[in-house]
Amino acid sequence: MATDLAFEANRQPSPLLQWATRHRVALASLFLLLFPLVIPFKALAVMILIYGLYALGFNLLFGYLGLLSFGHSALFGAGAYLCGIAIVHFGWPWYLAIGLGLLAGMVVALVIGALAIRTRGIYFAMVTMALSQCVYYLFYQAVDLTGGENGLRGVNVKFITLFGFQVDFLNPLSRYYIICSFVIAALWVLSRILASPFGAVIEAVRENEARARASGYDVMLVRLLTFVLSGAFCGLAGALLALHLSTVPIETMHYETSGLAVMMCLLGGMGTFFGPFIGAAIFLLLENLVSVWTSHWQLFVGLAFMVCVLFFPRGIWGTVMEKMKA
Amino acid sequence: MAGLTLDLIGLQLFAGVALGAVYVLLAIGLSLIFGMLTVVNFAHGAFYMLGAYVGLWLMAHGGNFWLCLVLVPLVVGGIGLAVERVLIRPLYGRGIDYPLLLTFGLSYIIVELVRITFGKSGYPFDTPDVLQGAVDIGVGFFPLYRLFVIAATAVILFGLWLFLERTSFGLIIRAGARDPLIVRVLGVNVSKVWLIVFGMGTAIAAFAGLLAAPLQGVIPEMGGTILAEAFVVTVVGGMGSLLGAVLAGILVGVVVSMTSLFAPEMAKVAIFALMALVLLIRPQGFFGRAGLMS
Repeated sequence: MATDLAFEANRQPSPLLQWATRHRVALASLFLLLFPLVIPFKALAVMILIYGLYALGFNLLFGYLGLLSFGHSALFGAGAYLCGIAIVHFGWPWYLAIGLGLLAGMVVALVIGALAIRTRGIYFAMVTMALSQCVYYLFYQAVDLTGGENGLRGVNVKFITLFGFQVDFLNPLSRYYIICSFVIAALWVLSRILASPFGAVIEAVRENEARARASGYDVMLVRLLTFVLSGAFCGLAGALLALHLSTVPIETMHYETSGLAVMMCLLGGMGTFFGPFIGAAIFLLLENLVSVWTSHWQLFVGLAFMVCVLFFPRGIWGTVMEKMKA
Repeated sequence: MAGLTLDLIGLQLFAGVALGAVYVLLAIGLSLIFGMLTVVNFAHGAFYMLGAYVGLWLMAHGGNFWLCLVLVPLVVGGIGLAVERVLIRPLYGRGIDYPLLLTFGLSYIIVELVRITFGKSGYPFDTPDVLQGAVDIGVGFFPLYRLFVIAATAVILFGLWLFLERTSFGLIIRAGARDPLIVRVLGVNVSKVWLIVFGMGTAIAAFAGLLAAPLQGVIPEMGGTILAEAFVVTVVGGMGSLLGAVLAGILVGVVVSMTSLFAPEMAKVAIFALMALVLLIRPQGFFGRAGLMS
């Protein structure tokens, strides 16, 4: 029985919750499939999908493994840039470009992870942040490939073709469902990972590192693998972002984008399966609303951060889950 | 020709030490706060930036640079005291990530408030008249202001050293960094010590921001980039170690200025390459203790 909030695992959840947990991928998919019917702005809905996936990847590391990374923008950005570069400079088809983006996220995660897990605890956030700044400068300097300060432009994909079928990628609704299919696949993979023995080890390392080590698990390896898996989700999200925006702004790499993942995860509920999507949805909806009447959105981000940390550490979805368990 | 190059290298070395001085001050504050409170202060860059802006405001309202050197740390240190008392204190004992996240959010607020008050674009910051010009330091002419930055940092470090080594309060801080539980058992009011240490850390960060202002100008984003570099310094020096912070700060400054001489486009990346190297060889940093972070 894989519970989302392990610290409450000893309490027996209600049958409804058990049923919901067992079918969490189907329920989440259903929600995402119906989502564009509720929300009027399709472009915003697509952004929620992409950032939800990004926060999902971050959540695997932060929520389930308990490592706070401030370097996820490098994974997200590498995915976006490599997917974009494959299309713009090498004319790769979209599916290979997305694959490259996913791979790029994993490779960057492997390098950053291998260095950062050598340190422990609190160092981790600092080292990942510093290394992501390093990746930022590298992409910033490689103007020929990345467009430097102006970002990478011209990632134009008009049609998605596969096995003879062709779908119009410019139509907002079909674009939503194409990206949604990737997200649902990612949700399914994540659910499988979490339900696997390896998923149990991930949570065991979070709960008690010493005990996990004493049980014979290589804690360092678990951390590195989880970081790389997290990089795969974030790289995929980045690749989808490049296709959606048809540009890759340099800000994608900026460490504030890392902060975004932390914020969405915290807002939605860290360590919950669907929390990151809730967090991404509420964050982006609020951003759209607040930006209408003030240009100082950042002030609200900071305030939301502090309110969440001080009074609301379980986030929205985390609180809902807790209420359902009680 | 060879002599000329050596002179150039010598000058660049000095420039690196001056740059390193700013890193040292930032890293000392970070290290002090971490060593005592186990809080990684992600708002440290924001306090640094705030120091420069408070200095700018004081200068515009009739203050002079010397007055700023005294007032800026007091003002920003006061803000730091309030932050610790009101925002960070409720989070002790709730896991190390929470104060970190809180200060990250706080840095957004400080930066945005500065943007609202002073505007989004940057300002130049005049070097005080007395410190303009250059002096001959043997290998060539070196800007007087940069020498002043080195000297001012040395004074702060010496003062801090005296405070930590020669006062009873400093003794409590050093003991608290080693084992806060025992210090508390011995009847010391640790929360008061923590409050003051956080205030001191932010005051030193603000002082560093003021010192850096005439070198680089003042923009709201100045704290963000230097925060990552200050993290590198603390990681390289060893978290919680003041001596480590000093040596690593100077080393990082020299590495930056030397790479800007030979391969300018690699200057920013070189810092992180240095950190990666240190992490590979000695993950706890130059003077870090292996067990401190667990």
